[in-house]
Amino acid sequence: MAPSSWSRCSSSPGACSGCGETPYLKLFTQLFGGRATVANATGCSSIYGGNLPTTPWSSNKYGRGPAWSNSLFEDNAEFGLGLRLAADLHTATARRRLEALRPELGDATVDAILQAPQQYESELSQQRARVDALKALLDTMTGPLVEDLRSVADHLLRRSVWIVGGDGWAYDIGSAGVDHVLASGRNVNILVLDTEVYSNTGGQASKSTPLGAVAKFAASGKVTGKKDVAMQAIAYGNVYVARVAMGADPQQTLTAFREAEAYDGPSLILAYSHCIAHGIDMSKGLDQQYAAVNSGHWPLMRYNPVRRMADHNPFLLDSPRPRIPLRDYRAKELRFRMLMNSDPETAERLLSYGQEAVNRRWAEYEEMAMRGAERFAADARK
Amino acid sequence: MFLDTDYLGLRLRNPLVASAGPISQTVSGVQSLADGGVGAVVLYSLFEEQLTQAAERDAFLEEAYADSFAEATSYFPARDTADAGVAASYLSLVERSAAAIDVPLIASLNGSSLGSWVHFARSLQDAGAAAIECNIYFVPGDLTLSGAVVEQRHVDIVSAVKQAVSIPVAVKLSPHFSSIGHLASRLVEAGADGLVMFNRFLQPDVTIEPIAVVPGVTLSHRVDSLVPRTWIAALRNHLNASLAATSGVEDYTDVVRYLLAGADVVMTTSSLVRHGAGYSAKLLDGLQAWMTRTGHDSVDGFRGMLAVPTDAESNAYQRAGYVAALEKAKSIYGSLV
Ligand SMILES: Cc1cc2nc3c(=O)[nH]c(=O)nc-3n(C[C@H](O)[C@H](O)[C@H](O)COP(=O)(O)O)c2cc1C
Repeated sequence: MAPSSWSRCSSSPGACSGCGETPYLKLFTQLFGGRATVANATGCSSIYGGNLPTTPWSSNKYGRGPAWSNSLFEDNAEFGLGLRLAADLHTATARRRLEALRPELGDATVDAILQAPQQYESELSQQRARVDALKALLDTMTGPLVEDLRSVADHLLRRSVWIVGGDGWAYDIGSAGVDHVLASGRNVNILVLDTEVYSNTGGQASKSTPLGAVAKFAASGKVTGKKDVAMQAIAYGNVYVARVAMGADPQQTLTAFREAEAYDGPSLILAYSHCIAHGIDMSKGLDQQYAAVNSGHWPLMRYNPVRRMADHNPFLLDSPRPRIPLRDYRAKELRFRMLMNSDPETAERLLSYGQEAVNRRWAEYEEMAMRGAERFAADARK
Repeated sequence: MFLDTDYLGLRLRNPLVASAGPISQTVSGVQSLADGGVGAVVLYSLFEEQLTQAAERDAFLEEAYADSFAEATSYFPARDTADAGVAASYLSLVERSAAAIDVPLIASLNGSSLGSWVHFARSLQDAGAAAIECNIYFVPGDLTLSGAVVEQRHVDIVSAVKQAVSIPVAVKLSPHFSSIGHLASRLVEAGADGLVMFNRFLQPDVTIEPIAVVPGVTLSHRVDSLVPRTWIAALRNHLNASLAATSGVEDYTDVVRYLLAGADVVMTTSSLVRHGAGYSAKLLDGLQAWMTRTGHDSVDGFRGMLAVPTDAESNAYQRAGYVAALEKAKSIYGSLV
C-alpha cells in the first residue's frame, strides 16, 4: 500500500460501535505508526482495518502511517516474520550502501547514522531527522550508488513490525506459526486482540474461550479451560509478554506497548477486547474490562526479559488481587448467563471450577512475582 | 388422631402450611420447612416483573448486534428465547425442592397483568409443583383504574392460568375490595380451586426523627388475623372452594381459631421467621393437645364449627349482599376477639 493511500483514522471505523479492539490499534498507530509494518491476520481487524476509507489505522501530521497487509489465519505470523526479515535485509543493504558512499557523504554524516542508538522514541526521532537530512543531501547528488541508497534509505530508521490478529488466529488456527515466530528470537511484536471467541465469523468457541462460556460449538458451556498463552511464551525466557486491558489500566497498557516495541526480540501482547459476542451493553465495555481484571479473570501482567538480564525478577503482576467474585463479572455477560439460564446446575459447576482456576492462577502468578531472578530462564541470545 | 386435610384437592398430612416467604428461597430452606412437619410448602413468589425484565434484557442483548457487522449475522448459539435467568432458577428450585420433600410443593406467581408469566405456570407444573398460588398484586395508586377493571383482571388471570395447567390453582387475595364475597365467587367460577386470605400489603412506615419513609416488610401480629378469619367464616359455607388462612398466626391457638372459622388450611410465615422453621412442630403439638382436651379426634370434625351457617346463605343473597352475613359473623366473633 502506498503511503499516499494510507487513510486517516476515522472516528467511526467500520467496526461495531463500541468495539473493544480498535482502541488498541489506534493507540499503537499513534505510538509507532510512522515506522510500522503490519501483518494482519484475517478476522474482524482485517475487515474493519482493510475497508477504506474508514479504518482505525492513522497517519501522523507528517503523512506517515503504517504499511499494512493482510494474510491468512494459518500463515500470518510467518508472513509477519517474513516482513521482519525483509526489513532487516533492507536495513543491512542500506547500511552497506551508506558505507559505500562514505567518501561523498563524509564521516560525520555516515557515522552519526550508523552508530545511532534506536531503541527509544527520542533516539528514533533524532534518527528520523538524520535520515531526512540524508535524503535531502542525496537529492543534490547523482550516480547509481546514490539511486541505490535512496531506494532503501528509509530503512536506516528501525522498522517496527507488528503481527496482529484475534484469538481465533493466535490461539487456534495460527497458533503453530505464532509459537514458531516467538521461538525465532526475532524482533517482532505480536498483538492478540483477544475477544475469547471467533468474532468475525459469528461467535464460535476458540481455545481462548473461558470455561463455562456459551458460544457456537460450545452451546452447553465450554468444558475446557482457556489456554494460558502468556505462560507458554514466558517459558522461552526471551519473549516479552504482557497481558493488558485498556479499560482496567490504560497506563499499564501504554507501558506494555512501549516496552514491547522497544524490546529487541519477540514480544507478545494479549489485549482483552470486549465484543458484541459477549452479550453486553457495548457502551459499558470498558467497565466490563475493569470487572474482568478485578475478578481475576484477566490478571494484568508483564514479563520483561530485560529485567532478567539486570538480575531483577522479570515477572510483574500489575493488577491488584481479585476483589470481586468471578460470578459478579460473569453475571453481566450473556455468554455466561445463557448457561445459567438453560442449565443452572452445569453453570454453577463450571463457575466453581472457573473460580478455582482463577484462585489457582492468581496464587501461581503471585508466587512467580516474588521469585528471585535466577528462577527464570535467562536470554541466551547475547 | 386425624389431622389429614384436603386442600385444593390435595391430601395433606395436616392443615398447617408454610406460606410464601423468605425461608423457601433455597432447597435447604424448603426442606427445613417440611422437616418441621407442615402439610405443604408454598414457595416464595416469582415476580412477573423479574420474569419479563430478565427475558427482555437477554433477548435484547442477543439480538441487538445481530446483522450489525458485515461478516456474520448472529453471535450466539440458537436457544429458546423464553428462557430467562430468574425463571430458570425458580424452575430449578421447584424441581429440586419438590424432589427433596415428601409433602406437596406449591409454586407462587406474583403479578398483575396477563403476561408471559401465565404460560410460565405450565413450566411450574412440569417442574413438579403440586399446585400454583397466584398472588395477584395491584399496587393501588392509579387513579384512573376502576375497581371493576381490577376485578376483571383477577378473573382473566385466573382463567388464563387455569387453561394453562391441569394442577390446582389458588388465588391469594388482597383484603381491599368493595365486595370480597362477590369477587370470591367470580374467581371460583373462573376456576380457582382455592382462595388464600389475605395477602398483607407491604406498607411503608414513617419515622419522625429523622423524618423519613421507611419501606417495611413487617412480621404480622395476632390482630392481623381478625379480618381474614371473619371473611373465612363468612364464605366457608357459601363457596365451593378451598380456603386458606394467612396472617397473624402467633401460636397454636390462632391455628385452632382459623380452623373453627372454617379454614381448610392455616398458613404461617411470620411465626416461622420469628422462631425458626421447626416452630411448626410446636404449633402442631399445641393443636393436638387442644384436640385431646376438647375431645376432637379429627380436624374435619371441628373445622368450620363457627362458620356462618349455610342457612344464612339464602337470606344473605336475598338481600343482595354480604352485610347480613357479616353482621352475623361479627356477632359470633365478637366474643372471640
Ligand atoms: C419476608 C416476607 C416475605 C414474603 N414473601 C412473600 C412472597 O414472595 N409471596 C407471597 O405471596 N407472600 C409473601 N409474604 C407474605 C406471607 O406469605 C404471608 O401471607 C404474610 O406474611 C402474612 O402471614 P403471616 O402472618 O403468617 O406472616 C412474605 C412475607 C414476609 C414476612
